[in-house]
Formats: sequence, structure tokens, C-alpha cells
Amino acid sequence: MTEQAAAAVKQHEPWLRIVNRPVISRRKAWAIRAAAFIAAILCGALLILLLGHSPFAVYSEMIKGAVGSKISLVSTIKIAIPLLIAALSVALSFKMQFWNIGAEGQILAGGIAASYFALYWAGAMPALILFLLMCAAAAAAGALWGAIPALCKAKWNTNETLFTLMLNYVALGLIKYLQAGPWQKPGGHPQIAMFDDAARLPKIFDVHIGWIIAIVLVAVVSVFLSRSKHGFETAVVGQSPNTARYAGMHVGRVLVRTMIFAGALAGIVGFIQVSGADYTLTENTAGGVGFTAITVAWLAQLHPLAMMAVAVFIAVLEKGAGRIQTTYGIPASASDVLIGIILFFMLGCEFFIHYRLILRKGGKARG
Amino acid sequence: MDNLVNLLYAAVLAGTPLLFGTLGEILTEKSGNLNLGVEGMMFMGAISGLAGVYFAEMWFGEMTGIICMLIAILASFLCGAFGALIYGFLTITLRANQNVTGLTLTIFGIGFANFFGEIIASASPSKFMTISTGAKAAFANSPLIPGLAALAGEHRWIYWINKLLFSYNLLVYLGIAVALVMAWFLNKTRAGLNLRAVGEDPAAADAAGIPVNRYKYLATVIGGGICGVGGMYISMVTAYGVWVHGCVGGRGWIAVALVIFATWSPSRAIFGALVFGGLSILRMYVPLGIPIEIYDLLPYLATILVLIVTSVRQSKDHNIPKHCGFNYFREER
Repeated sequence: MTEQAAAAVKQHEPWLRIVNRPVISRRKAWAIRAAAFIAAILCGALLILLLGHSPFAVYSEMIKGAVGSKISLVSTIKIAIPLLIAALSVALSFKMQFWNIGAEGQILAGGIAASYFALYWAGAMPALILFLLMCAAAAAAGALWGAIPALCKAKWNTNETLFTLMLNYVALGLIKYLQAGPWQKPGGHPQIAMFDDAARLPKIFDVHIGWIIAIVLVAVVSVFLSRSKHGFETAVVGQSPNTARYAGMHVGRVLVRTMIFAGALAGIVGFIQVSGADYTLTENTAGGVGFTAITVAWLAQLHPLAMMAVAVFIAVLEKGAGRIQTTYGIPASASDVLIGIILFFMLGCEFFIHYRLILRKGGKARG
Repeated sequence: MDNLVNLLYAAVLAGTPLLFGTLGEILTEKSGNLNLGVEGMMFMGAISGLAGVYFAEMWFGEMTGIICMLIAILASFLCGAFGALIYGFLTITLRANQNVTGLTLTIFGIGFANFFGEIIASASPSKFMTISTGAKAAFANSPLIPGLAALAGEHRWIYWINKLLFSYNLLVYLGIAVALVMAWFLNKTRAGLNLRAVGEDPAAADAAGIPVNRYKYLATVIGGGICGVGGMYISMVTAYGVWVHGCVGGRGWIAVALVIFATWSPSRAIFGALVFGGLSILRMYVPLGIPIEIYDLLPYLATILVLIVTSVRQSKDHNIPKHCGFNYFREER
């Protein structure tokens, strides 16, 4: 190539090129993720600084508020339990690229079903049978709530994101109706009575046994996804429905089956919340858990074991946000803002894992 | 008849924020970006519109109504556009998953609005974040033609026409104007046709020399701004200029569904917003004898019905931009 031609090529070459990275070492990928996480925390620190507080003091107060004493540690774990199970549920649907944002409604549906037995059957049977019945009813109700949109998606390709979301409002409306009507506690206020002692989950190490259920479910989902035929089919459907069809899988059936499983998991969250945490059913039984679970599942890359760590981390953030509200007067919604920022950074950093940037001069790789 | 006129009147008022959200999302989706962050951007617009007027009054004293209106529109547009810019940067430049990025924007936007709403409220002497009576008046429904109501006299129909056409707040008219301008833009202008080409087949558009990413960014950011104005309508008109925690309350999601209902057509969005606005206030005008909690579910149940019906019919009649929901990588064509 003559010098002139080379100069011409150079002139037309973009100043920055994006090149696919075929393989990246695991360590490097996690280093990039860690860097993004730190950047997000710094971004949050900037926000705290703008509010006129010391970021270091606020962050350490958050951690102290979440894990500093036994009482706060217990309540942090109580936040993490429903988050973890709901995240498992969300991960199942996201694995097949079924954008289910209806975990919230599935939790509430489960809560309603469990509450029916807690309110009207407590005392009529041994505790163990009552709990099993509540749990089964909650799982069935959640499964129903999850299966309806999956069926429509399988049959007519109905938009699942909006369908599952609308079902959240329907479940919420049903609870409000039950509060003000059929299940209203005597006394005028539209609320449901507290459960009988017989319908309250027992505690182990000061936390209701939901935490054991959660750990068991992590193992179950983990095995389901990585070891079972169904789990494999779920992943293939998510990667490429055409491949799945070509391999002889019944895509619609996989969709519905997985959503029944996912809905059942979310329904169990409803059971744990009403029977273990609140001892009653309110419109706050789900309290945004279904949405935060999406964050947990995605941050953990849909990996069940990683979700345990992420769920605890998000729980620390939420509990800590409550603490800084009382200490510094920073609204508790700060945790939502911070979660949003962290997730933005984590979403963005995947780009640098999959691609590398090449600058025009010198051709040196970066990122 | 009076009851019907009142119902329609209330439906228009309740439908306008839905209209803005739907229009913003239509513009966004026409570029091939499915932004599920409408709820979040509306929240951001709701707080920033209110905060814009609140701080302007704090610094410069009371202003005339029209200035307040302009400040609110500008602030909410910019803030909604800022949210959309985050989404755009992540999905267009960094190629992140559109669904998850949109959901994150919703989580972020809700947190953002409630966070700053509480901070500003707790810093104000009254512990309420509210604007002056004069500024509130700018967003109130007022007769467009002042003498017309008096003229009506015994001619009831003049009263009806006046009420149905000429007695809203200015933002209602702005919403309809935006819809008509957008319909014209998408169907009659070169830039609009280019934008649609980008949403349908970005690779072909790219080959034809259309700057795909520039179109995607502009449509997404302007669309987000329009959603922001819709949020401002809620805090300024629906909530009378007072910050209410969680005020958008799911309207953004209904707007996303309305895009499907309107089959990606801005002029049909006007009709859709009217219907869904009507459904949300129907219980105050048409008693059906069912519990109010169930009656309140009507817009959501109707949305589900619309989703199912359109999906059943859509096998023949595809109106969604073909590349909507997928990112475009030039290198991976």
C-alpha cells in the first residue's frame, strides 16, 4: 500500500471501533462487574454529597443499621427471604425470555389463598397439615396467576409484560375487596383480622422458618435449571424458540409449565409473608417485592446461588435506607434510587464484557 | 344528557396523562426501542414539573400563570428526556437488554420522584410541597371563550358544546396538538418516514444512508420528554399542584398498553386515551351496583381484554414496528 492510500484509509477509519470479544476470562468479567459496582456506589456517594452529608458516614450507618445488632440482622433476613424466593420465580421466567413482571400479583394471589385457610380452618386440624394446606393453596393460586398469561402467550403471542402487570392490579383489587367486604374484621376499619396462633409459622433462631424454605427452594431451582430436562428446555426456549421447535420441543408447553412453577414459587412467598411476617393479609403483603426481585434475579445473572448473596445485599440496602431516614432524614426511597443506579451500571458493564473498544491510534485495546 | 356530558368531560381530563404517555411511547417504539420505563419517566416528569415551578417561585417570587406553565412543561420534558437518555445510552450505545433496562428505569424513576418529593416537602416550612394559588390557577380548567357560558342561557346545547370543547386546562389542548403533529410527522415528512424505516428494518435504513442511531436517540429522548409532560399533568392538574407520594399510580403502564390498543397510531391514541380515561372515572357517573374495589379494576381488566383481543387478531394485522424490542448492531448484520 502506498503511503497516500494508507493515509486515506486512516482518515476514514472511525476513531473508535467496537470489536466482538469471543472469549473473556471469568476473572476479567467479574473484575469489570466489580468496577461497575464500585462506580455505582460512587455515583450514589455523589448524590449523598449533594444532599450535604458525608457519604462515608451515611453508608456505614446503613450497614450498621442493617447488620449492626441482632434485632436489625433478624429484620434484614426477614426482608431477604421473600426477595430471594421471588427472585427464583422471576429468574425461571426470564430464563425463557418471558418478561414476567407479575411476581407481585402472584405473591398476592398466594397470600389470599393461604389466608383463606388461616382465617377459616385454623384450629380445625393439626398445625403441620394446616401449613401444608396453606402452602399448597398459595402455590396453586400463584401458579394460576402465572399460567393465565403464559397460556395466552403460547396460544396467541399475547404481550406477557403488560398482562402479568395488569394481573398485579387485579390481585390488589381483590385484596381491597376482601378487606372491605367478605373478610372484614368486625370493628369498622377495612382490614382483615390477625391470624390465629395456630396459623403462624414457627421460628428457628428467631427468624420464621421461611429462611429454611428459601434455602431448600434455591437448591430445587438450581437443580431444576442445571440438571433436569425441563430446565434445559426452559433455557433453550429462551435462547432460541426456533431451535427449540426444531429439536422437537413443544414451546408453548414449556412456557406454560415453567410459568406454573414460577407462579407457584411466588405464591409460596405470599404464604410465607402472611403466615410468617405479617400474620394477616394487607395490600402491602407483597410491598414491591415482586419488582425488586427482578433486580435481584438480573444482578445475579439468573444464577440461583448468586441470588442468595444479592438478595441479602438488597435487603441490607433497604433496611439501611430505613435507618438513614431516622438518622439523617434521607427518605427511604433512597434505596430505590441506589438500586436503580447500581442496576444501570451493571446493565451497562455487560457491554464491556462482550465487546472491546479499539481506538484509532495505536490500535490498543481498552475495557 | 347532562350526566353523559359530565362523564365525557371527566374522561377527557383523566385521559390526557394517558395520551401523553402513549404518544411518547409510540414515538419511541417507532424507532424500534421498546421502552418499558414510561411509568418511571412519568414519575420523573411529575416531580420535576412541580419542583420547577416550586423553586422558580421560591427564587423569583410569584409569576404569571403562563410562565409557570412553560416552566413546568420545560422542566418535566427535560427530566423525562433525561430518563430516556439513560435508557437510550444503555440500549443503543451499550446494547443492553431493552426489557430489563426499561424496568430498571421504572424502578429508578419511581424512587427518584418519591425521594426528591419527600426531600423537598420535608425542607419546606409547611411540610408540604405545593405551589402558590396563582400558579395552580394556570393549570386549572377554565373557559377558553369566557363569554360563551353566559350566552348559553336556555340553549342547553351551547352549554354542552362549551363544556365539552372549550373548558379544559391548556395541557389537554397541548396533548391533542402533539398527537396531530406526531401523526403528520410520521406519515407526511421525510424525517418521519425515515424514523419508521429505522423501526421496521434498521439494516435497510442504515444501508440507505439513514443515521440509525441518531434517529433512535432523538425519538427515544423526545418520546421520554413527552411522557414526562404527561407525568407533570398528574402532579399539576390531577393532584392540584401538591406532591402526592406515588401519584402516577400505574398510569404509565396503561399508556404502554394503549400503544397496542392504538395500533401505533397517534390519532387513534386520542380515542384510546379517552376510552381508558373514561373507564377510570366511570364509577362516579354510572352506578353498576358492584363493589367499588371491583369497579376500580375496570381499566386493568379492559387492558387485559384489549391485549388478548389484539393478539388474537394480530396474526393478520401486524402494526408493531418489526424491529421493536431488538437492538441494532451494525457489525452483526
